[in-house]
Amino acid sequence: MNLHKISSFFQVLILVAAAMFMAPSVLASGSGEGHGDDHAEKAEFQAGEYIIHHIADSHSIHLFGDHAEGIPEVSIPLPVILWTDNGLKMFMSSAFHHDDQGIERVDIGDGQYVVNYHDKILYANAEADAHGSYAPIDHDTHPVIGAQPFDLSITKSVFGMLMIMLIMILVFRSVGKAYTKRAGQAPTGLQNALEPLILFIRDEVAIPSLGAKKADRFLPFLLTVFFFIWMCNLLGLVPFLGGFNITGTLGVTLVLAAFVFIITTINGNKHYWGHILWPPGVPLPIKFILIPIEFVGILLKPTVLMIRLTANISAGHIDILAFVSLVVIFGQTSTGLGFGVGVGAVAFMVFMFFLELLVAFLQAYVFTLLAALYFGDATQEAHH
Amino acid sequence: MDALLSPSLGTMVWASIAFIIVLIILRRAAWGPILKGLKEREESIAESLNEAEKARQDIADLKSDNEKLLQEARVERDNILKEARELKDSMIADAKNQAKEEAEKMVNSAREAIETEKAAALADLKEHVAMLSLEIAEKVVRQSLSSDDSQKALVDKLLQETDLN
Repeated sequence: MNLHKISSFFQVLILVAAAMFMAPSVLASGSGEGHGDDHAEKAEFQAGEYIIHHIADSHSIHLFGDHAEGIPEVSIPLPVILWTDNGLKMFMSSAFHHDDQGIERVDIGDGQYVVNYHDKILYANAEADAHGSYAPIDHDTHPVIGAQPFDLSITKSVFGMLMIMLIMILVFRSVGKAYTKRAGQAPTGLQNALEPLILFIRDEVAIPSLGAKKADRFLPFLLTVFFFIWMCNLLGLVPFLGGFNITGTLGVTLVLAAFVFIITTINGNKHYWGHILWPPGVPLPIKFILIPIEFVGILLKPTVLMIRLTANISAGHIDILAFVSLVVIFGQTSTGLGFGVGVGAVAFMVFMFFLELLVAFLQAYVFTLLAALYFGDATQEAHH
Repeated sequence: MDALLSPSLGTMVWASIAFIIVLIILRRAAWGPILKGLKEREESIAESLNEAEKARQDIADLKSDNEKLLQEARVERDNILKEARELKDSMIADAKNQAKEEAEKMVNSAREAIETEKAAALADLKEHVAMLSLEIAEKVVRQSLSSDDSQKALVDKLLQETDLN
């Protein structure tokens, strides 16, 4: 028993250490979780599972409580939108009654039922299995069986993303109006607060990477991406809001990276493609090695953008949750120890929050800067 | 784990649509006016600075112009004063010369007048001498009648009395 707790403690330590090195943290926490599963008792706190559950996307915004532990759960339901064999179906996620084990079936009409299995919406089996679950999965290997509905739900990340976009439109529209209404005058209020950031992106990111002439063409995209990522990162740091992890959701960062890839590819000039298709200044055999590398490179660049952002933001959340887990793990041994560790953990969490505030800005800046550099690369004129 | 590492297609669909819409709206309603406003403001500030620099240059030019003008005026004044002084000197010299000439002229005419008066006086004197001689001769003639010696004495006496000058 005690041994297991110590092992859990080490899992969390590994998690923290891994999260410090950002990108590998996701993998480390996963392997730790699998290891703990075999030995730990059912009721025991599973740090890995807990953390992954909190940073993964979800069909509701979980505020507090835990349905599985029998603690009344309070969460904001979100619309579940499914493209099924029988067309578009929509219902609120509250219909699952906080269940994510495939036990609660939801009737979507036409004799079809769906279940929520680990935040995947799947067609329900006709019969429940030994655990009372209707989820169409193979319990030994966990793969999903058969065709599944296309999930177009407004998930937590989508909801957060839409919220941020709405805020962006409201904020920047009013700032934009201020520039037309008070043209040539000193900025005030919101305009004054955001102008340094806009100027920072223009003068420190866009113009050095693209040159003053071409910067104008790409600035709307760069500014939108920067403020979107930054504000999403900040939303993820607001406590008691369900722990949004928008920029730690691969679906979102993949789209952002895809936009960078598309814009780079569309704007690539003769010089850019020339370097990829027929690298100049190298012997012929080298060319045949370089061409595939260059092709991998054009896909690798946006992929790296995506992974860096996702991993960094997820890692920050993992760090903070790991400290929370520490308190719980020690609290299970003895309440006094839990409180004792809690003091240290809270101090570290405060430190992490400040660090994450910096990372929130830094990652938005890095993404924007690299996107600008790729655009600059693609539109660079031959000069040698 | 799975939920973390596999991107959800639904999320991607929403993200793409929402991002494109936001990009279009912000481009029109926000970034356009903001970037334009910033550029215009920067240009107007740069222009104002240039104008201020130009105005400063103008003032500096004006100042140096004034300085030059002042310098010229000073030189002019000095010239005028010098000319005036020269004029004064020459006028005084002229006046002196004139006065000298006038004085010489007056002295000359006075001398001429004196010469004339002298000649006239001499002529008068000659006439007087002649008259006196005649009178003496008359008196001598009258005394000769008494004695020779007395006659002679008389002539001497008369001659002595008569001062020829």
